[in-house]
Amino acid sequence: MSSLTMRPCGDFRTSYKQDNTIFETKTIRWVTIFTIIALCFAPLVVDGYFITLLIQISYLGIAALGLNILVGYTGQISLGHGAFFGFGAFASAWLNTSFHIPVFLCIPLAGFLTMGVGMMFGAPAARIKGLYLAIATLASQFIIEDFFARADWFSGGSSGSMAEPVSLFGFTFDTDQSFYYIALFSLVFMFIWGCNLMRSRDGRAFVAVRDHYLSAEIMGVKLNKYRLLSFGISSFYAGIGGALYAHYLGYVSAEGFTIMMSIQFLAMIIIGGLGSIKGTLMGVIFMVFLPEVLESGVGLMKMTDWGNIPMVVDGLAYIKEMAIGLVIIGFLIFEPEGLAHRWAQIKNYWKFYPFAY
Amino acid sequence: MNFELLTQLIINGLIVGLLYGVIGMCFVLVYKSTQIVNFAQGEFLLIGAWVCWASLIYLELPFFVGFLLSLVFMAGFGVLLQMIVLRPMIGEPIISVIMVTIGLSIFFQALMKWIFGVSPQSYPQVFDTQSINIMGLNVEMAYLMSTVIALIIMVAFYLFFKHSKHGLAMRATAFDQQASQSLGVSVKHVFAMSWGIAATVSATAGIVIGMVNGVSDSLSIMGIKVFPAVILGGLDSIVGAIVGGIIIGVLENVAEFFDSQYLHIGNMYDIAPFYVLLIILWFKPYGLFGTQDIERI
Repeated sequence: MSSLTMRPCGDFRTSYKQDNTIFETKTIRWVTIFTIIALCFAPLVVDGYFITLLIQISYLGIAALGLNILVGYTGQISLGHGAFFGFGAFASAWLNTSFHIPVFLCIPLAGFLTMGVGMMFGAPAARIKGLYLAIATLASQFIIEDFFARADWFSGGSSGSMAEPVSLFGFTFDTDQSFYYIALFSLVFMFIWGCNLMRSRDGRAFVAVRDHYLSAEIMGVKLNKYRLLSFGISSFYAGIGGALYAHYLGYVSAEGFTIMMSIQFLAMIIIGGLGSIKGTLMGVIFMVFLPEVLESGVGLMKMTDWGNIPMVVDGLAYIKEMAIGLVIIGFLIFEPEGLAHRWAQIKNYWKFYPFAY
Repeated sequence: MNFELLTQLIINGLIVGLLYGVIGMCFVLVYKSTQIVNFAQGEFLLIGAWVCWASLIYLELPFFVGFLLSLVFMAGFGVLLQMIVLRPMIGEPIISVIMVTIGLSIFFQALMKWIFGVSPQSYPQVFDTQSINIMGLNVEMAYLMSTVIALIIMVAFYLFFKHSKHGLAMRATAFDQQASQSLGVSVKHVFAMSWGIAATVSATAGIVIGMVNGVSDSLSIMGIKVFPAVILGGLDSIVGAIVGGIIIGVLENVAEFFDSQYLHIGNMYDIAPFYVLLIILWFKPYGLFGTQDIERI
């Protein structure tokens, strides 16, 4: 994992300014800014279904970035991220309905609540690591899931809870098109925050803990503090993502936040690239579009005579699940450093084209 | 206090706990010899049970032939899985190894649902009598058989590791891979063998549970339930897995008893082991019998 954040050979920095920059080159900066501006005009151009996918990418992306900070940057393992995502969703709906706090305040507050819960369950991380931590977070996944089903005052129990749409200055963001801007803003904001975090002292401490925790401790990085902090930050991101999800759908039910969701978050960051902020987004896009592609593939097959096999058409849900499993295994065996690494290789190929060396 | 119910539940707990112990043993075996945490353990049970069921229903084999056939199938399956999927993962970080087994688990769970459907199926009747009476307590015949099978497996494990050449090779590999390789143990074969054994023995447990409760995809939950047991016993101790399995089996039934009689929280049967798991990890992360990991700089 240590090689993931390393720059390619020959990329030496000569000043702190270069070392600290968010965007490596001017081109990258302008491309990013133009992409964001172009995305602002997306609702005018593309159809409604695509907008729902973009919103999905936004809230899942925020949560996945949190998990990547924990797994990719700090080297801790969490199998309970889906539960934290769900906690954020319920917490935001609960704060809104029980205390009548305006929704745009509920979302960050839900983030902080989830952060508290995450740190509570992450507390064993101060003592255990690796495998044991994976199992501990697995336990927290089941315990939180059970809590959702049981705590009527918090989650509405089996009937779920309603979440109002976001409203700001008298304007209600209740359509897909208007909510899209909230989602986009949150995504950009949280990603810039993530980038900045990784440039800061704390971010470097996370990486130090991941790469060699004994050395890090000797250098004066407080292991317990940073492991716990990383759990907190990752849960905060999960909470924000979950809260956006709740206010987007308008309804939260306890069934959705299973271990499968946690695994999907892990799949996203593994496919995208552990320890890469850009990769996180790539992984999320991949995982959101994978079922769509499968569905349209089966749809195309149905049109032809030989493709209309009832077993394939009826088993689409299972095929989607199997594809998730296969993609995880395939990436880990053939491209363990994820799409971000592949992207860097493609870029390097064209940079030196036609002289490969 | 309803003592009769409590004793009945404790006996059920012991029986189920023995099975947890067997599954936990496979888990520990794989972990000890290959350093891989197998999140797909539950799927071994599931696949084994379905294959046996299919051989009984579709091929209409007699029970013991079908049973042996599915065990042979599972041994091959485990070895192949290790060779194709897990061999490339040697030396990768923990998160990758965990995720590969999770990926396998998702894949096979969905595959089994796709092939055999989601509704539970029951095995054809194997024994003539349904349940027998031991000291005033009704014990189901299938439960009795599961206990016997679990005990046989445990003794077989003991004999295998203590007295056979391969068992010795596996113990040596678990102790020190490099040293055993330099002394002529084929580590590759040991890895493949441990997966084969784990798959076979888990499948046996799967078939036994399937005979009692019917086969459905809820069997794969057993693979998750085994975590509290092995953590309690210590992740690298076979004896610990058995003891942990029995304790967790009894504990979940007792938790269920107190919950239904006094507390009325609900769902304690499934959740109590995980609370225990968290508490153990807080206070005694290496379990009852596990080796402590001491790091020196």
